[in-house]
Amino acid sequence: METLQKIAVPLAAIAAFLAVWELIVWANGWPNYVMASPTDLPAAYVRFWELFLVMGWQTLWRTVLGLGLAVIFGTLLGMVMGFSRLAREALYPLLVGFNAVPKATLVPVLALLFIGQHDFNTVLMAFLISFFPIAVSVGIGLSTLEPEYRDILRALGASRFTIFRKIALPKTLPEFFGALKVSVTLAFIGTNLVEIVSPHGRGLGALFKSGETNGDYPLMFAVLIALAFLGIVLYYAVVLLERIFAGWAERPQG
Amino acid sequence: MNNLIEIKGVSHAYRTRSGPLPVLDNLNVTVPQDEFCAVVGPSGCGKSTLTRLVSGLMKPDRGEVWLHGERVTSPRKTVGMAFQNPVMLEWRTILENVMLPLEIVAPQMKRAEAEARACHLLEMVGLKGFEAKRPSELSGGMRQRASLCRAIVHRPDVLIMDEPFGALDNFTREDLWQTMRDLRAAEPFTCVLITHDLRESVFLGDQVIVLSGRPARTQYVLDVDLPADRTIDILYTPKATEMLHVLRDQIRIAQGRDGGH
Repeated sequence: METLQKIAVPLAAIAAFLAVWELIVWANGWPNYVMASPTDLPAAYVRFWELFLVMGWQTLWRTVLGLGLAVIFGTLLGMVMGFSRLAREALYPLLVGFNAVPKATLVPVLALLFIGQHDFNTVLMAFLISFFPIAVSVGIGLSTLEPEYRDILRALGASRFTIFRKIALPKTLPEFFGALKVSVTLAFIGTNLVEIVSPHGRGLGALFKSGETNGDYPLMFAVLIALAFLGIVLYYAVVLLERIFAGWAERPQG
Repeated sequence: MNNLIEIKGVSHAYRTRSGPLPVLDNLNVTVPQDEFCAVVGPSGCGKSTLTRLVSGLMKPDRGEVWLHGERVTSPRKTVGMAFQNPVMLEWRTILENVMLPLEIVAPQMKRAEAEARACHLLEMVGLKGFEAKRPSELSGGMRQRASLCRAIVHRPDVLIMDEPFGALDNFTREDLWQTMRDLRAAEPFTCVLITHDLRESVFLGDQVIVLSGRPARTQYVLDVDLPADRTIDILYTPKATEMLHVLRDQIRIAQGRDGGH
């Protein structure tokens, strides 16, 4: 019963959303070259299903790779900032400033720096846009570790590495996963930014662009829904990892 | 009887923005093996600094700390610590929390052996059946009991406690005093207890050391001449009342309120 509810409720919400969308398009009498409606989409998927699979896969692997790099780099950076006050003071303004720069402005810069390296540029952008939340959360998690937590092991002569492995790392995991959920969606934005903006791109972003060029609105909306679907899949993959590695942080309700 | 802990002429000052803040001034304390030393004093007089010095987490500016005939300059495996905050690791079960020091001190110990040791202690403090629970599922008093088990699971020579019962209600606190008494009866170890509860110091202590106000030095030492198998009732005997009165007067002096009533 409970699992049924867990699946049925979100599905019902999605169905309701699609119904309202359909209703608004129908009520305004918009033709599909102004605004596509959900009933236009299946035809687009049937017609271009092969492209969706190929492009979807390209978007997915580049996003996951960029996110993976963001996890590694963000965690290392967070560790440096968490353990060293000097590094924290030095890096924070730089990081915040970098994060405030609109990433769209970096696309031409990267395109010039690494001409023709489309895969590389896309992965790099996914990484650049998504490492910030991870670095900040790991940094804050480590720097706010109560001294008593450290002392229970330090008083036994444990090494810094042991204290990190047994105390600091697990204690920071809930914050880390919270940041990772934000980073997942950010990484998708980064990937698509490059895919859409750069000429002769690949991935779902390029498919969106070609839909726009051809005035094929149902295709464009079909791409957006496909992106949303990938985003949801990746998000729940993170939730699953969180359950496995930081399930202890979830308190029973009630 | 040989002295397990010897604190000889220890002085220490913290560096603050407004210059050095001396907290300990020529402090001398000796604790014989298996004795229980309770330390009381006005708030902020440097009691917690004392625990960090004995455990080797800090080095004093001047003077020496000796443990078991060895000079303490860094943390050692033969010490157990318990704080006012039980500091339970939420990602571990109660049993795994208690086993934590063994992973550091005796990594070669078999898991079954470590488990048996931890279970035995948990049973002694009345936590049998809670081994697989998470810390957040236990009450504050129960968490503190588990914390005590963790502090002595590796059979340390010295247990250092910094107001471990301070955050508990009175009845739970008295229960834990008796648990402490029973643990020491089962396997003796030397204790240093920092507290601001005079009844606690008399019930548990073999000697009670009163520290003066900051910078702290030894102001008064009370020998608690009561039988080892004390019950809470002993606190209501004239002898204990007399001791409590003496201690209260000493605290008043330490606070710099000579003879004030």
